[in-house]
This record gives sequence, C-alpha cells and structure tokens, in this order.
Amino acid sequence: MQQILFLCLFSMTSILAFRKFRQIYLTIRLGKPVSATESPSARWKKMALVAFGQQKMFTNWGPALFHLFIYLAFLFTQIELIEIIVDGVTGNHRIFLPYLGRIYTLLINFIEVLSLLALLATLIFLIRRNVLKTPRVSAIELRGWPAKDANIILFGEILLVAGIFTMNSADVQLQILDPVHYHDTGTLWLSSWLSADLWQNSSINELTVVERTGWWLHLPYSKHLHVFLAFPNVYFSKFTPRGQIRNMPEITREVKSMLGLEAETTAAELAEIGEFGAKDIFDLSWQNLLNAFSCTECGRCTAVCPAHQTGKKLSPRKIMMSIRDRAEEVQKNTSAPLIPLGQNSGESTKIPKEPYDDGKSLFDYISREEIHACTTCNACVEACPILIDPLEPILQMRRYEILTESAGPADWLPMFTSMENSGCVWQMPAERDSWRTSVGT
Amino acid sequence: MTIQVQTMAEANAAGKEVDVLFWVGCAGSFDARAQRVTQTMAEILSRSNISFAILGNEEMCTGDPARRAGNEFLFQMLAVQNIQTLNLYGVKKIITACPHCFNTLKNEYPELGGHYEVVHHTQYLLQLMNEGRLKVEGGSFSGKKITYHDSCYLGRINDEYTAPRELIAALDADLTEMKRCKTKGLCCGAGGAQMFKEDEPGKKRINTERAEEILTTGASTVVANCPFCITMLTDGIKSFDKQDDVMVVDISEMILQSMEK
Repeated sequence: MQQILFLCLFSMTSILAFRKFRQIYLTIRLGKPVSATESPSARWKKMALVAFGQQKMFTNWGPALFHLFIYLAFLFTQIELIEIIVDGVTGNHRIFLPYLGRIYTLLINFIEVLSLLALLATLIFLIRRNVLKTPRVSAIELRGWPAKDANIILFGEILLVAGIFTMNSADVQLQILDPVHYHDTGTLWLSSWLSADLWQNSSINELTVVERTGWWLHLPYSKHLHVFLAFPNVYFSKFTPRGQIRNMPEITREVKSMLGLEAETTAAELAEIGEFGAKDIFDLSWQNLLNAFSCTECGRCTAVCPAHQTGKKLSPRKIMMSIRDRAEEVQKNTSAPLIPLGQNSGESTKIPKEPYDDGKSLFDYISREEIHACTTCNACVEACPILIDPLEPILQMRRYEILTESAGPADWLPMFTSMENSGCVWQMPAERDSWRTSVGT
Repeated sequence: MTIQVQTMAEANAAGKEVDVLFWVGCAGSFDARAQRVTQTMAEILSRSNISFAILGNEEMCTGDPARRAGNEFLFQMLAVQNIQTLNLYGVKKIITACPHCFNTLKNEYPELGGHYEVVHHTQYLLQLMNEGRLKVEGGSFSGKKITYHDSCYLGRINDEYTAPRELIAALDADLTEMKRCKTKGLCCGAGGAQMFKEDEPGKKRINTERAEEILTTGASTVVANCPFCITMLTDGIKSFDKQDDVMVVDISEMILQSMEK
C-alpha cells in the first residue's frame, strides 16, 4: 500500500517538475537564437569551477561559507535521496546499508553534520533578511513576493533538515524496538542524541508514522531554480572578451554599403531588419532570458553598482527580475489558461505568439531612467557568482531607444552630432594635433 | 627644446617606417588636461627612442561612447573608417593612453576587420622599463603617500591590475590602496557615455563618492590611467574643496618626472 502511494506521489512530483521545467525551457526559447557553444572544453571547465566549485562566491567569505554548508548538505543529501526513492519503489528500508556497511554509517553521519551546519546557515540567513535587514537582501525591489519567496525557501530548508533528523532519529529508536525491519546503521551521533530525548517513550506505531512523515518531508521539492539553472547558465555564459559588446552585423552591412565598401543593401534586406535593439523579451537573446531565470536575487550586482550606490534608480538585480517577470507574463498569456473543472470553456484569453502584442513591453517593467544610469563599468558582471550579464539587456534597450525610436537622453544629441560631423565627441574647431607644437617644453 | 611628433602621413611621405602608432583619442587631442598627458607620453616615447607616429587629423573617435549609448550605427561608421585608415598605413601595433580607446581598438575592431596589437600606455611603459629602454630614478616619490584608481576599462574589463602598480612600485612611492580597488574598483562615473550627460536623480554623484574614498586614504596624489577618470576625480575632489591637497595625475606624468636626464 505504502509503495503504491509512494509511486503515485513520486510520479506526480516528477510530472509537475517536468512540466514546470519544460515551461521555463520554452519561455527561454522565446529569446533570439544566438550561438553560445564554441570551445566546449573551456565551458565545461568553467562550469566545474564556477557552478560546481562555487569559485566566484568566495570573493566574499562570510556568505560564501554559509552558502557552502547549504550547498554541500543539499549535494550529499542527494545520495540519501536516491536511496529514499529506491526504498520507496521497492518497499525496502535503507537498501544501500548492507552494501556500504561502515561507509554508510560514516556517510549518514556526514550528512547529518552538514545538515546541522546548513540549519545554522539557514537561521543566519533568516536573521540577516528579517532582523538585521542587510541592505543587499532587503532592498525595495524585493518587497512582496521575492522577499516571501526567499523566506519560504529558507523555511523549506529548515523543514528539510528537520525531515532528515526526524527520519534518522526515529530510525535509531526503531532499530532498538524492531531490529528485524530496521537494520543497524551504526551509531548516528546526532540522531542518537536526539533520539534519546525525543522518542524515549513513544510506541512503535507512532514512531513509524513519524519516521514516514520525515521521509515524505524529505522528498525533492523543486526549490531554488538556480540550483539547477546555474549550471547551464555558466556553461552558456559570454565567452567573448568582456569589453566586446555584441556586434550588429545588419548594421555592419548597411555601414559598409554606405561607405561604398560592399554591395548595396537591397530594399528587401532593409525591410527584413525591422527594429533594432530590444523592446521586448523576443528581442533579447535566449542567453539573456536564461540569465533572468537563473538569477537568485542575491543582489551582489546591485550592491556594487556605482549608480545604485549613489542613490540612482538603477539596480542590475531588478533589471534581471523585470526581464523574468515580463517573460513569465508573456508565457502566461501565450499558453491556454487552465479552465477550472465544471466551468464552460468560454472564450480563450490566449494571445498568439507571432506577432505577439499585449500592448506592453519591457519598457513597462524597466524605466528609461534605469537604463540611462548605467556606466557600463561591469561591476555587476564581475560580481555575479553564476556569470549573469545584466549589462547586455541594458545596452539592447538603449539600442532600441536610440536606433528605433530616435529617442534617448537629450544630452547625448550634441555628442552624436559632433561625432558624426567631426569624428570627435566634442564639437571642436581646433585641429586634432594642435598639442603637437609644444611637446617637451 | 621642442620635440617633433610626426603623423603617419608625414612618415609615409618621408618613406620612414614606424614601429608603433600612438593613438591619441578625443580627450587626449582636445581636453586641456588630457593634452598634457598626451604631450607627456610623446616626450617619454621620444626620449626612449621609440619610432612612433600619430594619425593627427586622420584619427577619429573610436566610437566607444556611441556604442555604449546605444548608437550602433554611429559607432560602426566611425569604426569602419578608422579601420580603413589604420589598414591603409599597415599599422601593426597601437599604444594609447585612454582605456576606452584601448578596449574598443583591442576588443571591438577585430570583428569589423581591424586586427592590431593594442597596448595600454601603462603596459607599454612597464615593458619599456623592463627592457631597459626607459630608465627611471626612484626617489622623487619615495615616502609620498599616493593611491591608485583602477579605471573600469583597463581593470575589470581588460584584467590589467598589475602593470600600473608595478610602475608605481618602481617609483618607490608609498601606495595606499582604497577599499574598493582592483576587481572591486569603483567607477569614476564617466563610462557608458555618462561623461556626456547629466546624472539621473540620486543621492550624490559617482565621482563625489569616489573622491570621498580617495580622501579617506590621506593620500596627497591619486594616480589614474584614463583621461575621463582624471576629469571626474578632479571634479570630485574639487567638490570637497581639496584640490590643493590632492593631486590627480596620470601615471605617465610620474614616470616623466622620474626619468633619468
């Protein structure tokens, strides 16, 4: 009976998780196709170092260490998780135990120690967010759902840790009470200590229920998306020099034809181009959208942003969050709404994908004031532990504003005009080499 | 004694081969303060017997601020024309005292057909020093407390943190780092075409924030490697009325002062 229940729950969880991942994948694919697969060996290496190895986290030791506790606990719990799934399906209990013997005891003990450290980290993170209100994790843009989301995840982690200890400490007690079914795992230091206090007088039935509850609690809830997406995000990250802004080949063709360097662009080719830059998520690359979905909202980027530090509205984290919010809105609008049972299907509110138009754009989520404030200093790019590039979407939106709308800060117009007319950022009457006459004097 | 600086066109007409092109940039050409850095560099190169030339009036803005403002069309118009000029003279090696020009020439021109060895002047000066072609006397800065401001486009964007610091070390100066330095260096506020527009509303200007940090080091000199940083930092320090206490200099100016006669 319990096996069937487990299988049902397990497959339901899998289906739900699969559907959610597919949805995210399809939303990311709404972005423009770009190639990000060159030099695969270097990409694997980078993924190993930055995503798996947490390399960039350790520029800030405090949070990095506590994050590492949670990360390692999560990583090693996966081993136990595999066993739980196998146990659940086959109706066994601790199926790996006979094969691993004393290593098993060591492993479970190790997981328990890590879990305790993770619990400590989780508590510290909760205090930082809710009591100390550290600026990076309690900024304006996190008000509402993002702040709740973070707290839910942290509480979820406490539940997971509690689940592990409930399961193991109940198990310890059961090993004493019913050694036939509950094999001796060796001494589990932490759980034995808990066990003595918690379960001394409990009867075997109650214990079984508690143990199974811990068991269910320990199931794989899809929590932080970054746990998964950090890996592809690092793999597909920008591999061209940091200082190289993505070229617009359609403009190169036009410029070269204007300067008489290449065959003229035909009217048909020009018509094909349409709009420049990014007005909506469709104009961003799938890399940009993957970045947005991978963002953990940690705010390291915003903390170092010079515009943000001096009180401007720009926050690179908020840029990424806005892109994700907009992408999710588009995704929701383009897929058929789920009709509650017993209701007439009625009229579908689904909006067709091409050409998509809901009267809104990225500019409804990201203000011009934000994109104008960027100094392109790359501090945000440097700060991101999983190699998100908040700069590219900002520049793409600037391109839309300047090239498609012919808008943008009025202050830039004289600069553009003099660059066009005299090839210099300032309107200068003098010769470019007037300084030459007085060198060495 | 005035030092003659030739243009590529002049060198070409005289049938002279030139080893390196000194890319001056808009600031270096027109901004009064940056012009002094340009002249300093020209003097150092001359006195180190480097065969170099400039483009003079054939040089145009690299297009960096246009591209970063979003005006890709204007950027490419300038870039393609500059590449034509550079390729016409068969330029192989470029040095420049502006990290924005440096970045664009180095990282953005190759895709448009311009392939050159591009070196920032701090890297070049260090190279000359290591090769023994440029000789400096330590001492004139010994004991002087100075701090160094990493420009974004040389530091974080092109990963060059050591060359300028090695130059400073060679001058025996007492370098006090700011809290936000190297990969964490704070922008001066000029990049991304911010130099050419008013700030968005906020609590303060970015250069004021940086100037505050410079002042807390107690240094009497702040060394920069970028003409726009020099403008921004000078203004920032002025806003605290400390222009008489803290000097903003380009690293090449310190080198010239210390060069063996």
